[in-house]
Amino acid sequence: MNPLIDIDQVGKTFPGVKALSEISFDIRAGEIHALMGENGAGKSTLIKILAGAQKQSTGTIRLNGTAIDFNRPQDAEDAGIRTVFQELNVVPQLSVAENICLGALPGRSGFVDRPRMLQRAQESLSALGTPLPLDAKAGSLPRSSQQLIEIARALMGDAKLLILDEPTASLGEQESRRLLQIVKDLAGRGVAILYITHRMHEVMEVADRATILRDGEFIGTLQAPLDESVVVERMIGRPVSSLYQHSMRSPGAELLSLRELTTATLRQASLTVRAGEVVGIAGLLGSGKSEIGRACFGLDKVLGGQIVLDGRQIETPTPARMLSQGLVYYPSDRRTEGLVMGRPLLEGMTMGSHRAAGLRLYGFLKKGEESRRAAHIGEALDLRPMLLGRKASAFSGGNQQKAVLARGQLHAAKVHIFDEPTVGIDVGAKADVYRLIDDYAEAGHGVVVISSDLTEIIGISDRVYVMHEGSVSAHLTGSNISEEAIAHAFFSHAAA
Amino acid sequence: MPRLSNIQFLLTVGLLPCLLVVMFLFFVIMEPRFLDSANLVNIARQSVFLLLIAMGQMIVLINAQLDLSVGATVALTSVVVAMATAATAGGPESVLVGVVVGLVVGGAVGLLNGFLVAYLKVPSFMATLGTTSVLTGLALIISKGAPIVGVPLILTDSLATSSILGIPVTVLLGAALAVGVGVFMSRMHAGRDMYAVGGNRAAALVAGINVKRTIILAFVLCSVLASLAGILLTARVGSGEASLGASYVMLSIAAAVLGGTSLFGGEGVLWRVVLGVVFLGVLSNGMNLLHVSSYVQELVIGVVLIAAVAVERFRETS
Repeated sequence: MNPLIDIDQVGKTFPGVKALSEISFDIRAGEIHALMGENGAGKSTLIKILAGAQKQSTGTIRLNGTAIDFNRPQDAEDAGIRTVFQELNVVPQLSVAENICLGALPGRSGFVDRPRMLQRAQESLSALGTPLPLDAKAGSLPRSSQQLIEIARALMGDAKLLILDEPTASLGEQESRRLLQIVKDLAGRGVAILYITHRMHEVMEVADRATILRDGEFIGTLQAPLDESVVVERMIGRPVSSLYQHSMRSPGAELLSLRELTTATLRQASLTVRAGEVVGIAGLLGSGKSEIGRACFGLDKVLGGQIVLDGRQIETPTPARMLSQGLVYYPSDRRTEGLVMGRPLLEGMTMGSHRAAGLRLYGFLKKGEESRRAAHIGEALDLRPMLLGRKASAFSGGNQQKAVLARGQLHAAKVHIFDEPTVGIDVGAKADVYRLIDDYAEAGHGVVVISSDLTEIIGISDRVYVMHEGSVSAHLTGSNISEEAIAHAFFSHAAA
Repeated sequence: MPRLSNIQFLLTVGLLPCLLVVMFLFFVIMEPRFLDSANLVNIARQSVFLLLIAMGQMIVLINAQLDLSVGATVALTSVVVAMATAATAGGPESVLVGVVVGLVVGGAVGLLNGFLVAYLKVPSFMATLGTTSVLTGLALIISKGAPIVGVPLILTDSLATSSILGIPVTVLLGAALAVGVGVFMSRMHAGRDMYAVGGNRAAALVAGINVKRTIILAFVLCSVLASLAGILLTARVGSGEASLGASYVMLSIAAAVLGGTSLFGGEGVLWRVVLGVVFLGVLSNGMNLLHVSSYVQELVIGVVLIAAVAVERFRETS
């Protein structure tokens, strides 16, 4: 079979940096082709070239045997190469139909041709096999539906190749499954899919082939069935004994206890965290798993119940108060709640921690000391590059996450709540995060990990709580922790 | 060291310093009197009022807020200070009374603005638009619309006309405050928190920064700086005027943004704002010396402002 896209010796050089060196592989019509690699491996550069946002320095790309030369993204779209980027590009104030037709609104003499717009939107959506209310405001729909709007927009007209850049990064387990099914259906109808994700199990599940890049080099294209350990090994260039760290330890006294905690989302949720253990919290999107962390930290208003931290009852939690009492919360979204993207990474690392870490004197910052501490923590977490004066936005997701994690080292923390600690970060950084979590537990801290990644929850937790409709629907310990048990509890109420 | 091409130099240093030098040379060539020490001191003295207000505006802008009430704060301060000092005997205590009363007005206005924005969550544009009207109304009610006379001479003598080693006290005061604000924003804990709050409020909250207190502090600092300008202006004109200060609202925003302060928060450096103020001061002084009509001056300032900010934006994105 002739390939749809033939990438032949494509390289890209930026001044002083070789981002891609002579990559060659092909993409066939109707296949799901995973593109894998750590952050900085060259995936983004390759996508940008395919999408017409950048030009390759060397090599040729052929579409159905003809060399293509894109000068702008519109050229790629016209040729049928459509890209859905990680960041959502929907206009929340506009309707679903308007969003789908955005940039290509059918019109007549300056007026929008509404019937034709609705018809086109409907066609695109039915290609996805999912109904969405065409007149609803995009902003009123869940993220997963907004993602579908973007895919529907990408499918307008004659789409040959659909590039999906981490489409499930912000979706829960259930939404991800739905999306993956849609992706499979699309491939079944002949659309080629280039699929980028950090979620290994999705690749194992749907990919027909996987191309692996590392440091801008082509490592290889593997055929399904894929072996996870082989893929990871190729990606990071060394054998992985185990991604998940789980040292032997015995839990001590109770550090955090939630008793019948009630918020706008939570309904009498109760759980405990002891010293020296990792407690996983699983649940579907909207189950209240994130809200557990937010309520404890004073980000969501507590309407009823108790929070007891280290034996003391907390009346009205606020982030500042909880931090001073030894509880650190690491937000799931580094962009919106973790760092100030336009400021130096150093400031993000120490933000809010100066008092606790002794980095101020009579209101003045101890700048030298601050830099030394940050550099020290950065080294311990293997943060790269160690140019902490650079803007936070210039760092990869994994390194941004490490900067946020610095907080735990600067505050005298006893309890750590991680909300989706490894979303959108590469395998190497993941391993560093797991190592840190394990170190905390070993040092006798209490750790809570809220995650949509079941493999992660199972890999690192001593105990697991499963959330369903705002309350705890299952509490699993030891050998009872399994994917089946957790998935079962996703949909059912507590037995206890 | 590699030689920088002209363009690269512009891109690293920024347009403003270069434009300032070019403009300075232009005025020197066109009008030799421009370089007279008396004229240069005059520019400095004239610029202090805008400098104080623009520094306050910068602090508020860094917090991703806006203060439209700085002009009205100047007016109310002027009226209240004039009334309070007119009631004193005219000895050195008059100066103390004037300064303390003026700062109290500024502090109170700042607390009000900060409370409205941080606690009642009124967008700062609307909150300070509202307080502008309230403060102007108060100033007009208190002054009954007429200038308040009887300000003791000692106020003018000590704050407006006296000088140390040939440098006006006003200018020394402005310089000292500029150093103070610079140190506060770059070296102090509370200043650093402001960049975080303005750059990403949600992240600042999660990191444990007291966001509301930070925003209130910013508004208080801004209003206090505006009231200081009000005290100095009152000392200079020798009476309390409810009409003082209105033009400083737009000029303070212009100077701050000209100096690279972001309207969206999280960005802004003091020394560049000082340059922005000097730039506007030199431009207006030079045009006065060249007898450019005030109508044309308005137009020129607008064009230069837009051009400078547009080029700065280009520099950021390239």
